[in-house]
Amino acid sequence: MRSFQKRSSEFKARGVQLAAISVDSAEINRGHAAKMGYTFPLLSDADAAVIKRYDVLHRGAGPKGEDIARPAEFYVDAGGTVRWVNLTENIAVRARPEQALAAIDSH
Amino acid sequence: MKRKWNWPLWVGFVVAVGGLFSYQFFIQFPSTRDFPWATLLLFGVGAVLLLVGLFRAFGRPQAYRGKVFGSIFAVIALLLFTFFSYVTFYVLRQVPLSAQAPRVGEKAPEFSLPDQNGKQFTLADLLSPNGAVLIFYRGHW
Repeated sequence: MRSFQKRSSEFKARGVQLAAISVDSAEINRGHAAKMGYTFPLLSDADAAVIKRYDVLHRGAGPKGEDIARPAEFYVDAGGTVRWVNLTENIAVRARPEQALAAIDSH
Repeated sequence: MKRKWNWPLWVGFVVAVGGLFSYQFFIQFPSTRDFPWATLLLFGVGAVLLLVGLFRAFGRPQAYRGKVFGSIFAVIALLLFTFFSYVTFYVLRQVPLSAQAPRVGEKAPEFSLPDQNGKQFTLADLLSPNGAVLIFYRGHW
């Protein structure tokens, strides 16, 4: 997410909004965004309803065994259609901003 | 005759232990995180040094120290390497399949969620003018 923040101006230039989603509360997200300097919305899906709707739930994977989101990235076009999906096979390996930018540019 | 200090054993052990902790640093950069080559390189250097030290200790025990502690170092280093490999090549790969996740060409499911300032966002709010990148993440802890 830090790498996406660093290149956020390139997303802005393409008219594409960044948004991050996790089970963290709005309060935790406020502190996290302030600390890390995130300028895009960190959305709070506390009961994981949206995370389940996208089938990106990772059961019991939180630090206290909570259900959390697995890393996953989607580019959704202006009409609401998914144009790019990245479902990592390794928790530590997330999408890089250049992958998303390339997907946006090729669309 | 006083036996010589078998430095490759010590240096190799320190490099191997450092290798384990180095991933905490290297994980910040995609190029050393996605495949942990820098960490594996440190383990490799540590292993070579430990082997050199062990060859000295067992090959010329009258000249070099380290048969006992060198073996202990080597076993500990091997355990650390096994632990690291288990975590990076097995534990971190236990990700759900997400077979029902929206695919390319499908409509993204709607939602309405609050951001860090309590402002409510729907998917539709985010899509103008040219769509949105949604980043699902594990959370902050």
